[in-house]
Amino acid sequence: MGQTKLQVNKAKDGEEIIACDRINKWFGALHVLKDVSLSVSKGEVVVILGPSGSGKSTFIRTINALEEIQKGTIHIDGINLSHDVKNIEAIRKETGMVFQQFNLFPHMTILKNITLAPIWVRKKPKAEAEKEAFELLERVGIPEQAHKYPGQLSGGQQQRVAIARALAMQPEIMLFDEPTSALDPEMIKEVLDVMKELARSGITMLVVTHEMGFAREVADRIVLFDEGEIIETGTPTELFDNPQHDRTKLFLSQIL
Amino acid sequence: MSSNLKPEQTALQTLDPPKSTLGVYGWLRKNLFNSFFNTLLTIISILVIYYILKGSITWVFTTAQWAVITENYRLFMVGQYSSEQLWRVWTCLGLVSLLFGLSAGIWKGTIRNLSIVLIILYLVHTLVPFVSSTGKMWIIINIGIVIIGYLTGPKIPKNKAITLVGWSLSFPLIIFLLNGFGVFPTVKTNIWGGLLLTLLISIVAILVSFPIGILLALGRTSKLPIIKYFCILYIEIIRGIPLITVFFMAQIMIPLFLPEGFEINNVIRVMIGATLFTAAYMAENVRGGLQSIPQGQFEAAKAMGLNPVHSMAFIIMPQALRAVIPAMVGQSISMFKDTTLVAIVGLIDLLGIAQTVKSNPEFLGRHMEVYVFIALVYWIIAYSMSYSSRRLEKSLGVGER
Repeated sequence: MGQTKLQVNKAKDGEEIIACDRINKWFGALHVLKDVSLSVSKGEVVVILGPSGSGKSTFIRTINALEEIQKGTIHIDGINLSHDVKNIEAIRKETGMVFQQFNLFPHMTILKNITLAPIWVRKKPKAEAEKEAFELLERVGIPEQAHKYPGQLSGGQQQRVAIARALAMQPEIMLFDEPTSALDPEMIKEVLDVMKELARSGITMLVVTHEMGFAREVADRIVLFDEGEIIETGTPTELFDNPQHDRTKLFLSQIL
Repeated sequence: MSSNLKPEQTALQTLDPPKSTLGVYGWLRKNLFNSFFNTLLTIISILVIYYILKGSITWVFTTAQWAVITENYRLFMVGQYSSEQLWRVWTCLGLVSLLFGLSAGIWKGTIRNLSIVLIILYLVHTLVPFVSSTGKMWIIINIGIVIIGYLTGPKIPKNKAITLVGWSLSFPLIIFLLNGFGVFPTVKTNIWGGLLLTLLISIVAILVSFPIGILLALGRTSKLPIIKYFCILYIEIIRGIPLITVFFMAQIMIPLFLPEGFEINNVIRVMIGATLFTAAYMAENVRGGLQSIPQGQFEAAKAMGLNPVHSMAFIIMPQALRAVIPAMVGQSISMFKDTTLVAIVGLIDLLGIAQTVKSNPEFLGRHMEVYVFIALVYWIIAYSMSYSSRRLEKSLGVGER
């Protein structure tokens, strides 16, 4: 009942799907997010850059309530992210997340990893969930690994499974929290390729990364974080070729 | 195959590791006699082993008088359970045999090996002279049941479900059969004894304490202060008390709290005491397992939209329990052996029977035989448990690197 009410106003392409308004977060006395406001429209690919410790990971984790905010509001697809468990669960159904450390479930096969949430959260019949899982594995390029365990796969393969697992819930939004940072260099490309394909498919993506090439090629918009604040936003060309802010220039000079 | 390969290809072949050239003599030289000191140590060890073995073997085959065991064998196994009602114990055993056979047929592996041990134990009993001919008949029937179960198990439709239901129903059924509850002539629990009683108490304590332990562990990690502090209080109080004290309290204090005329019999009281005691330790083991699960697993489950119950049941608990199988089996084995303490509060378990038997003037001075025998019985069961746990760990370790 509450479910239907919550999902009435689904955003259409180009409409606002994520709306963060002056959110603040403290870890103890440390002020990690300072009045961060960001609006993302449906189908947009937003890449978040910034030095380590700038709060970009914390920010992306507030969007599916893995981190609680102490001030400000977040709306996902019209649903207010409040303390209400119902709202949080509704938002988590709409957002898929890919972690730096993959976080696959080591005691389940790849197939089980992918079908678990569709079966138990979306209440899909097992056969249908498995059929979709195979399609997703096909999409990320590893259909032959379905019956193996995560520990038997390489890092790049595990991360692709993690992407498939997040997609299995048919989310509106995909959140990527440094998806390639724990990978060996030769495996980064295979994961980025999957992410590029995903970006072209028109899903809304929020990506925290250090991969500048990916940001330049794929991002519709780049957001630069520093010390818990958004310093600058703009298209890749604007930001890379003509940065406005001194701290942006400093950051870019350090990594490029 | 390599003969028709070109030289550059043979060069690419991987080489086998060099074969060990040591024979038995070489091995001995390398490991036992490789220096003066080691040679000395080897000789001394051989002498010590020789004297110990010689002493034990001579004692077992010449000095020891095993009549004390053979003549009281039934007492050791079932206590004072009357011989007219003994068919009920045999039926229970038959039920267990059937379930063992079925499980062995369906799952193979560990349970099959355990069933083989069971059959070997049965066979030994048919061969020894002191088991009565009725007993032997029952045992042969039991062997038959295990084999029939093993052969038919894989062929029955829905066999896994049936067997699991069978296992879970077997325990109440066994209690019902043993007690009678008026349907059969009632055999009061204070008549139960020997290995039968030991097994009943430990199985109840182990099986029931397991879910309670999980709940306590979850409670201890709960965010609700009342539940959390209740669990901490319970666990810490129980862990601070010796088991024997728990048994005494169960015997003396529980009746004080009960309304007049209402009585729980002493075997049940001991079972409750043992269960509550073990549960506290199980809880700490499970909590250890929960702490070993990386935060990322919780987050991944949350991010997928799984509710806390599902994420606990499918993701956290299976991993946590697998991590602490050795600790939990260790706890179970120690509970099994600790049931000997019930002898002190007046129940006659296996050790209790041992005490009675050795104080029988007819067998005066035969306590060595008695204790060696019950040690062997305890060892067989405890070792079977630790063997199963090792196999279980291995079979659940799939996919680990």
